[in-house]
Amino acid sequence: MSETPIISFNTVNKWYGDFHVLRNIDLQVKKGERIVICGPSGSGKSTLIRCINRLEEHQQGTIIVDDIELTDDVKNIDSIRLEVGMVFQSFNLFPHMTVLENLIIGQHLVRRLPKRDAEEVAMTYLERVKIADQAIKYPGQLSGGQQQRVAIARSLCMKPKIMLFDEVTSALDPEMVKEVLDVMVDLAQEGMTMLVVTHEMGFARTVADRVIFMDEGQIIEENTPDAFFDNPTSERAQNFIGQVLHHL
Amino acid sequence: MDPVNRIFHEEQPPPVRTTGLLAWSKENLFSSWFNIVISILLFWIIYQFVAFVLSWGLINAVWFGETAQACPDSSGACWAFITSRWRLFVYGLYPNDLYWRVNVVYVLAAITIASFVWSFGKSTMRIRMTMFIGFPIAAYIFLIGGFWGLKYITPENFGGLLLTLTIATSGIFGSIPLGLILMLGRTSDLKIYSKVCTVFIEFWRGVPHIVVIVMFVALLPLFVPGGGKVDIVVRAFIAFAAFNSAYMAEVFRGGLQSIPKGQFEASRAIGLSYWKMMGYIILPQAIRNSIPALVNTCISIFKETTIVLLVGFSDFLGIIHLSLETPDWLGPPHISTSGYVFAAMIYFVFTFGMSKYSKRLENRSNVDN
Repeated sequence: MSETPIISFNTVNKWYGDFHVLRNIDLQVKKGERIVICGPSGSGKSTLIRCINRLEEHQQGTIIVDDIELTDDVKNIDSIRLEVGMVFQSFNLFPHMTVLENLIIGQHLVRRLPKRDAEEVAMTYLERVKIADQAIKYPGQLSGGQQQRVAIARSLCMKPKIMLFDEVTSALDPEMVKEVLDVMVDLAQEGMTMLVVTHEMGFARTVADRVIFMDEGQIIEENTPDAFFDNPTSERAQNFIGQVLHHL
Repeated sequence: MDPVNRIFHEEQPPPVRTTGLLAWSKENLFSSWFNIVISILLFWIIYQFVAFVLSWGLINAVWFGETAQACPDSSGACWAFITSRWRLFVYGLYPNDLYWRVNVVYVLAAITIASFVWSFGKSTMRIRMTMFIGFPIAAYIFLIGGFWGLKYITPENFGGLLLTLTIATSGIFGSIPLGLILMLGRTSDLKIYSKVCTVFIEFWRGVPHIVVIVMFVALLPLFVPGGGKVDIVVRAFIAFAAFNSAYMAEVFRGGLQSIPKGQFEASRAIGLSYWKMMGYIILPQAIRNSIPALVNTCISIFKETTIVLLVGFSDFLGIIHLSLETPDWLGPPHISTSGYVFAAMIYFVFTFGMSKYSKRLENRSNVDN
């Protein structure tokens, strides 16, 4: 099946000052594809996915998301952000609002849904991440795992076509990792297009269509999860997998 | 012995503390000879102080009288000075028959304060915003008037507590929105806004307030065409709002810097525009974080209103000062002491109230987080 990719990076380059953080990135993501991006810290994997909703600007090359090219044009950026949801390592819930208000605000202000309808949508998604009973609490009263599930629900409320996950389990206590991964597996099974930066190898094996290994701002290796984890071709990927597995 | 402790420990209550006044004082005041001596000494000092305040301020005080002759004895305060002149202190030179207009504004002020103290559930914010914007307008209508059948009263008649409160109010109510705008400008990505606001802030912060007041009140007509037409008191209002907005801007900027980057990113990621992000996500948190510094600034605005004395205004302190020099009240120095003690008490009541309010807000925001 040959269809136009929903995300496409064409020789994208980016610098932080003099530091060349993304080097000649070429990447096509098909609709419904689940991609896990891994690599040592500082390899540019977070920067890569943050370019997709323009939390970071690239300086060379083109990025096209759902047929819209990312440029300085504010209109384009706004319409892409409507299509792309993002979940962060540090949850980033709005602490001065209840869980429910966190989920309503985007729908109300951006999608212009009446508050009542937005609340209904919010409750459905809270239901789905199994946290509906906490709706009127403030984020500070929830555990890390619960907060992260709320953050996922907040993104889903916006009905995005693409979800970006930036090391969403790294800040969690070990016993809370599973509840968040379960939600993500669930989402993957529904056919959401997902780009996931993570070191959770078990998750990558069960869910990912492709694993992308990055180092020093470049895509070094690209393969199915089984092939990548069992027979990494590059030496850097072998070292990396050795280190990650060693910890498990 | 088994190195692993396998017994499951039941939850236990904390040890019972010996409380009560006796146990407490034994522990904290009389635990050693040295502490006993210190404690007794302190009790003696406190006793002397309280006894003096009671005898000077209440028992030996003179409460009523029309002139300095009523208070010949310096062993007690001369509250007669206050009671005989309180109208002047509270209303200044506002026409006697129109005191009701001032009273209406005082009542509105009390309601405004109450709206910021009590919570009204969902509509709290709306009510507070209405009062914040509505009160200065209503105060202007009633105090100055000039339309709707309300006789025009020139602000030059303001004096005493009325002048102090109107200057403080225009300083506080004017500088908060202005400060917010300046802060947003200063932190803007657009270099030109940022530069203009930074220059403005640095200018007003860098110039002594006395200079600003003198310039606005005395010299404005010389360098601004038509500046002489603006009422002299209104010029003082503007000056207070202007230089305090610079401080407010910096207070809010401090609050803004305490907001983690993630809040901006999450707002952007769900598609909020700059203004919606600022209005709904960033500023509510930034303002809340600025409250202690903000109240601190409000307190200093309130106390600083006294500098208008230097350009000949009779604010609360000024009118007490002036009254002490009228022939009726020229007399032994304890009369002026009474006057200034009274002034200090009134200023303290207002600033202490503000400080208590700030404490309350801080406690409440701790609960939410």
